[in-house]
Amino acid sequence: MATVVPLGKLADLAGAPSLPLPLALSTGLDWEGLKAALPAALAEALDDPRIRVAVNGALLPNKAKLQANAGDEIALLPPVSGG
Amino acid sequence: MRDIRLLDRMFIPGTLIGPFTNANPGLGGVCTFVGEVRSDTGVEALELSHYEPLTLPGMHELADRAFARFTLMGLLMVHRVGLMRPGEPIVCVSAAALHRRDAIDAVDFCMDHLKSAAWFWKREKRDGQWHWIEPREQDHSDLARWQA
Repeated sequence: MATVVPLGKLADLAGAPSLPLPLALSTGLDWEGLKAALPAALAEALDDPRIRVAVNGALLPNKAKLQANAGDEIALLPPVSGG
Repeated sequence: MRDIRLLDRMFIPGTLIGPFTNANPGLGGVCTFVGEVRSDTGVEALELSHYEPLTLPGMHELADRAFARFTLMGLLMVHRVGLMRPGEPIVCVSAAALHRRDAIDAVDFCMDHLKSAAWFWKREKRDGQWHWIEPREQDHSDLARWQA
């Protein structure tokens, strides 16, 4: 099991502040695998280049290279709101 | 003296400034900015969400940069999260220094970065409906001021 935390308006697309993601201990999760496991509206929004991803609180330089494992928390971070 | 905090309930900036000033004996100047939720037409409430593992650590990194860039004695940076009404304080930044320019510029620097680059997402309630607030072009130009 991994946990996906969609922030800002992505939480609306996810329909929840946090989504549990069934994940066997032995199998990792890559970017395409993550998108396939999420609600369609949320998965589509994630290709926006302004959306960043953090795993266990560490920002990924390139979200397309995501490698997550069971127990990880994957945060989906839209652009911050500004003034 | 360094005091960096996220608060999830209403605060009164005046109660922070006195103790902060007293905690920096010998200062030459203290500069304070308080931001409040604007009473824009039809706005009933503002909600700020954050992401615990990034937001407060990001504010600490910003404070590190302010201390590295300006000659400061102390820095207070307090930001609200959660639900706020128009007129409520949302942010308070105060800098103490030997000389006024460091204090004033440090507050300006921290505010530009808090507004444009800190991990906060805002939505406002107008006429009973919630609307997410998108980034503005002005935020990027505010940040660019400090990239020289």
